[in-house]
Amino acid sequence: MTLSVSVKHRFSGFDLDVGFDAPAGVTALFGRSGSGKTTVVQTIAGLLRPDAGQVLVNGKAMFDSATGVWVPPAKRRIGYVFQEGRLFPHMSVRHNLRYGAWFAKRRQGAASFDHVVDLLGIAPLLDRRPAALSGGEKQRVAIGRALLSAPDLLLMDEPLAALDEARKLEILPYLERLRDETAIPMIYVSHTVAEIARLATTIVVLNNGKLLRSGPASEVLGDPAVPFPLGVRGAGALLTTQVVAHHDDGLSELAIGAGRLYLPRINAVAGAQIRVRIAAQDVVLATRKPDHISALNILEGTVADVREGDGPGVMVSVRVDGQTVLARITRRSRDALGLRIGMACYAITKSVAVARDDIGISGG
Amino acid sequence: MDWLSPQEWQAVALSLRVSFWATLCSLPFGIFIAYALSRWQFWGKQVLNGLVHLPLILPPVVTGYLLLLSFGTQAPLGGILQNLGIVFAFRWTGAALAAAVMGFPLMVRAIRLSLDAVDPKLEQAAATLGASPLWIFVTVTLPLILPGVIVGTILGFAKAMGEFGATITFVSNIPGQTQTLPSAIYAFLQVPGGENSALRLVVVSLVVAMSALVLSELLAARVARKVRGT
Repeated sequence: MTLSVSVKHRFSGFDLDVGFDAPAGVTALFGRSGSGKTTVVQTIAGLLRPDAGQVLVNGKAMFDSATGVWVPPAKRRIGYVFQEGRLFPHMSVRHNLRYGAWFAKRRQGAASFDHVVDLLGIAPLLDRRPAALSGGEKQRVAIGRALLSAPDLLLMDEPLAALDEARKLEILPYLERLRDETAIPMIYVSHTVAEIARLATTIVVLNNGKLLRSGPASEVLGDPAVPFPLGVRGAGALLTTQVVAHHDDGLSELAIGAGRLYLPRINAVAGAQIRVRIAAQDVVLATRKPDHISALNILEGTVADVREGDGPGVMVSVRVDGQTVLARITRRSRDALGLRIGMACYAITKSVAVARDDIGISGG
Repeated sequence: MDWLSPQEWQAVALSLRVSFWATLCSLPFGIFIAYALSRWQFWGKQVLNGLVHLPLILPPVVTGYLLLLSFGTQAPLGGILQNLGIVFAFRWTGAALAAAVMGFPLMVRAIRLSLDAVDPKLEQAAATLGASPLWIFVTVTLPLILPGVIVGTILGFAKAMGEFGATITFVSNIPGQTQTLPSAIYAFLQVPGGENSALRLVVVSLVVAMSALVLSELLAARVARKVRGT
């Protein structure tokens, strides 16, 4: 599956002009509120007709302003999970789930009802009405409803934004399963780096209605140029690691090349691939291998890039066994250490600095 | 029902028949117009809105006279319909038409209010699940506005039961043909010794109107609970 989008749309005081291709897997549309993410997904779904542009799914035009092609949303076979769920209040969960399936019954390749119910863990909810569901349960049902309509493509517009942290952590594993167990490509809209770091295979970064950067997840998150327009606080590189062992003191040992990370116990068997996002502001750099230090994670690498922003900070990317760790340090520290591209250095981070929602099962 | 004289009973039965058909036949139009006013932007929307509400504001006599001008046997529209076998003038069908026109604004208002309360986002969601506009209306919109439709129907029915001015102007006051309950009360009050008959019909009117209101409230609340699933 490929999705190819280009959208030009003018709102009052805001111009959207974005074009990108999304390969199979999870493509995250990432950007601040008001960067045009929702407009882009609404265009893909056919809920909004932009001034100009083109939407191609598998090479087939859903919208093309040049030729006047416009496929109505009901005929696009594009599932949409909305931020607020949008379950039908007058139907039970079972009927909500069957709604799309009923219109899709002549289609090939629809996921089976039981499989989706099992995948999302919603069997106990089937006879309830949406009014009797919690926020997290509603979103799981909304995801199931979209899946059962046998979509060629699944759009998720900030499906976790309305939920508290605990509920997010409850749903994220289901989304990971969805990514790994179904072949349906997804467009996932979010302004939360942690969610994207766990789920995305490809990232498209939007800023003020323009495309800032797009590419494989680890590449985009590891790019020191990306964080500045989006806020350096959220910056952090994505590392793909392998579980080596679980230790008795409650820590799990992860391998990244020859380097080792020790993180609070992770629910995964030895050998499993785990993606870990390490926030740039939690990384300390040293030019000599430190000892007598409480931080457990010391990765050896070389400085690949040093990027200055407007503030007192710089973003340093450190290559560690072919992957990138981002570190946000002050200009003063950079000068004191004399950091230059190509220099050997050590990236140090505390085990407890890595939050639970920064750790995810790696897909693909 | 021997406490009502045959003529009184006839008026009650006629009123029920007139109101039933007036409500039933205007309901599809009422839903359609309410939908158009609530959801569509089109040229002349305010004019349509005004036309629908006109019977609420105009003196009923004027509405009745306008109906006579449009649907009388001498009128162009009435003539065309007469050739198709549809006659309104001085028939119970005319009374039904007058009742429908007078009850229409109440019906449309109630349905439109409930339509305005339906989140169009739910209809969008249905579209992304593959439902065509007609299916969206039948499976999502209509069930959600059902309480409003019920209230509108019963209000329209109650208004039809009480319609007097337009009816008497349009189709006169012919016992057994166009003498509805209010017309009968009026007629009884015009003859000496008719007060008791009039009083009995007043009681019937009160009972029908009150039951309609109570019924609509109860039914609407019950359906609303069911729709919301709480």
